[in-house]
Amino acid sequence: MRSNLSEAEENFKDGVKDGIPIALGYLAVSFAFGIQAVKAGLSVFQATLISLSNVTSAGQFAGISVIAAAGAYLEMAGVQFVINLRYMLMSAALSQKIDPKLPTYKRLGIAFGVTDEIFGVSITRPGVLAPAFSAGVIITSVLGWVLGTFLGAFSGEILPVRLISALGVALYGMFIAIVVPPSKDDRNIAVAALLAVIASTVFTYAPVLKYISSGTRIIIVTVLVSVIAAILFPTTENTEERPDNEKGLEHD
Amino acid sequence: MTDNTYIYILIMALVTFLIRALPLTLIRQEIKSPFVKSFLYYVPYVTLSAMTVPAIFTATGNIYSAAGGFVTALVLAFFRRSLLTVASGACVMVFIIELIL
Repeated sequence: MRSNLSEAEENFKDGVKDGIPIALGYLAVSFAFGIQAVKAGLSVFQATLISLSNVTSAGQFAGISVIAAAGAYLEMAGVQFVINLRYMLMSAALSQKIDPKLPTYKRLGIAFGVTDEIFGVSITRPGVLAPAFSAGVIITSVLGWVLGTFLGAFSGEILPVRLISALGVALYGMFIAIVVPPSKDDRNIAVAALLAVIASTVFTYAPVLKYISSGTRIIIVTVLVSVIAAILFPTTENTEERPDNEKGLEHD
Repeated sequence: MTDNTYIYILIMALVTFLIRALPLTLIRQEIKSPFVKSFLYYVPYVTLSAMTVPAIFTATGNIYSAAGGFVTALVLAFFRRSLLTVASGACVMVFIIELIL
């Protein structure tokens, strides 16, 4: 069927395909970041450099506020650590998804692109994660992220407010597209997702708890709910393979 | 903003990269513990769910358009539409609702 392309090329193409919606969603968010970075006093080059070297959303927004306030370097390190700590969990999960013999430089390449969305499409892909797939997703997504930042920083508020508002849900739409299909296949995932939604809502609005920053909140909720789910519904040998995210449908 | 902006950027990039790189480079074997395996199995779905709700409801111009986008995404995802379809469907719904309201 796919005889004229090598497996790596196929995987890379699949990666680019999955990366396109991510890049489109990123364009909107990074555009907003670019606008805000310039407002905080950074140059267009600096704003773009942050996006290229960081590839985080919450972390970057928090970062420019530290820069604007001329915060301590240690504070910057602490803020980045807490907000981005969830990537450590994702990276640990990915370590179980790749070939154990994969060389370090390829692992570092995959690590560079651990974001919520890239992680989502990588971990739900059936079978072992091919580095070529990761390369495809990461290159495409990061292009969108960097381009959006540049455009936002360079051209300011060129997009109508309504359009920016509409693009604001793009990322969440993607999250939903990643979570819902496996929730239909595995009831335990559905329960875990529902618990996460409840816990995150409580932590956002409850007295005292609401003062916890959004990055810390995500970590607390993730660890808390995943531990509960792991105790209540341990995965057995037959449920170990993640439910197929129905990627196959798109190729038919 | 002077030169030290670049020091800030360097710190940001370094801390973030280390967080991402350490587990992927240090964990080289299959994790055997059933508990840790189960934990890691649920992490992605739990994280993404926690990030979506309630944040999505304040991501647009008003809560009605956000709710419309949220429901649209849920329905499209339930019928296993692709990432791009679900994401753009939600955006279109937000856009339409905000045109009306």
